[in-house]
Amino acid sequence: MARAVTTRHKTIATAAAWIVALLIFFPILYTIITSFKSEQEAIQGFNLIPSGTFESYSEVQAQSGYFKFFLNSVLLSVGSTILALLVAIPAAWSMAFSPTKRTKDILMWMLSTKMMPAVAVLFPIYLIFRDTGLLDSRIGLMVMLMLINLPIVVWMLYTYFREIPGEILEAARMDGASLWNEIIYVLTPMAVPGIASTMLLNIILAWNEAFWTIRLTTTDAAPLTAFISSFSSPQGLFWAKLSAASTLAIAPILIMGWFSQKQLVRGLTFGAVK
Amino acid sequence: MATQQTRSLARFMMAPSVVLLFVWMIVPLIFTIWFSFLQYNPLNPVHDGFVWFSNYKLFYSNPAFLQSILNTLTLVISVLLITVIGGILLALLIDQPMWGQGIVRILVISPFFVMPPVAALVWKNMIMHPQYGVFADIARFFGAQPIDWFGQHPMTAIIIIVAWQWLPFATLILLTALQSLDGEQKEAAEMDGAGFISRFIYLTLPHMSRAITVVILIQTIFLLSVYAEILVTTNGGPGYASTNLPFLVYQKALLEFKIGQASAGGVIAVILANIVAFFAMRAVGKNLDK
Repeated sequence: MARAVTTRHKTIATAAAWIVALLIFFPILYTIITSFKSEQEAIQGFNLIPSGTFESYSEVQAQSGYFKFFLNSVLLSVGSTILALLVAIPAAWSMAFSPTKRTKDILMWMLSTKMMPAVAVLFPIYLIFRDTGLLDSRIGLMVMLMLINLPIVVWMLYTYFREIPGEILEAARMDGASLWNEIIYVLTPMAVPGIASTMLLNIILAWNEAFWTIRLTTTDAAPLTAFISSFSSPQGLFWAKLSAASTLAIAPILIMGWFSQKQLVRGLTFGAVK
Repeated sequence: MATQQTRSLARFMMAPSVVLLFVWMIVPLIFTIWFSFLQYNPLNPVHDGFVWFSNYKLFYSNPAFLQSILNTLTLVISVLLITVIGGILLALLIDQPMWGQGIVRILVISPFFVMPPVAALVWKNMIMHPQYGVFADIARFFGAQPIDWFGQHPMTAIIIIVAWQWLPFATLILLTALQSLDGEQKEAAEMDGAGFISRFIYLTLPHMSRAITVVILIQTIFLLSVYAEILVTTNGGPGYASTNLPFLVYQKALLEFKIGQASAGGVIAVILANIVAFFAMRAVGKNLDK
């Protein structure tokens, strides 16, 4: 940076930013702290230093079978993401490399499906799921989550693929590469980072989806969103256990999220802000 | 230079996405529109039949309807104001040279990754609980009476929770836009003697305008359909004090089984979302041309 930055300016900026950041992070931090308290400690007023017991964690697992919900969350988010990629990669590919006059319209239309409020189609979807026996099934929910995020996946992949220079393809073709070789040796290596970013963001979105996952499941396919929502009933209110369950529910995705900040901006603004 | 062959290949590659999304969009929507003209109660089907627009009339004359529209708009507008203004300020702050910028970013973005039911539960019990919450501890420390957030100010409480979830998103996007601002331009303005305020108004704000538009549009889409936060905290109450349109539709459909009325509400929600979508599409579309 060319201009001189005074140490004083930097100190003030650092202090202010850290205070604000810690305030914003505080609810998460306090939940993590409380998860290491005993139930007794948890309701004894404000206290930042827990006794460090793991009691709540083992109890959450013992009482509610936490692991089953966790497994469903993993299966649903990863499964729906893979399904979405399978469907979206060819589409994004053809839109990026052989665009037509209608490519833009199709992309816009895909995005517009994202704007339909889920609640408007709640009952029809509920009926379809009930009558086809998909209610509370992992496959049904996986397809559902795939459809919800498909527009974002297509869009993200499209913006990544578009950055792959077309000349490289032509050069490969001139050298006599077949379509298959072209895909395997030329395009795939260049497309992998974009696909990985898309996958990461989509897993986060699917993991946190909290409308269909709550409404279309009861027990068998219920992921963590449904599990946590069940804690809102009065008898479920144990502060330390609640904190332990919450911490477990958000930890994996929080860590993934930290690594995908940049892709998040790009993915959620459909490439408008990079 | 696309040949006929590659063109048909392209169409073939696109087909699964297009067909899936088309079916997913059109089939349930047709059902909803059809249901909205029916009296349809799965628990009590005696009076079921075609009733034209009376569901819309019923929904409209239901005092909860107006309240829910009002709550929906209050929620969207309040959260937008908080997150956009707060996001600009935070982005400006984080963009300053400082120690540990990476960690600050990570701390600030974190709430965005918290699933809505967890965010709602944590705020409900850990922070805003009138007896055991941190806010109550603070109030007692100053000798004040703790506030019963969800009983007395349910909308305010929900606005705070939702704003907490979306402030990181706004900040991150505005920060990204801010960081793409040309450093030389900034320096030139500084050398010309432009103060912080005028630099912000004439240089930074115009540069961020597209990012701000995107933040507003994307958040609006999500904010129009806030659901889990209400389900977990107030359950729409007390009365209908914190019921928004999605929540009202859910109550009509899955709790009262008044499918016709719920569908009418759903159609209204679609119309509302389409008005927003119209503007959103134009903004995003403009960007695509670039």
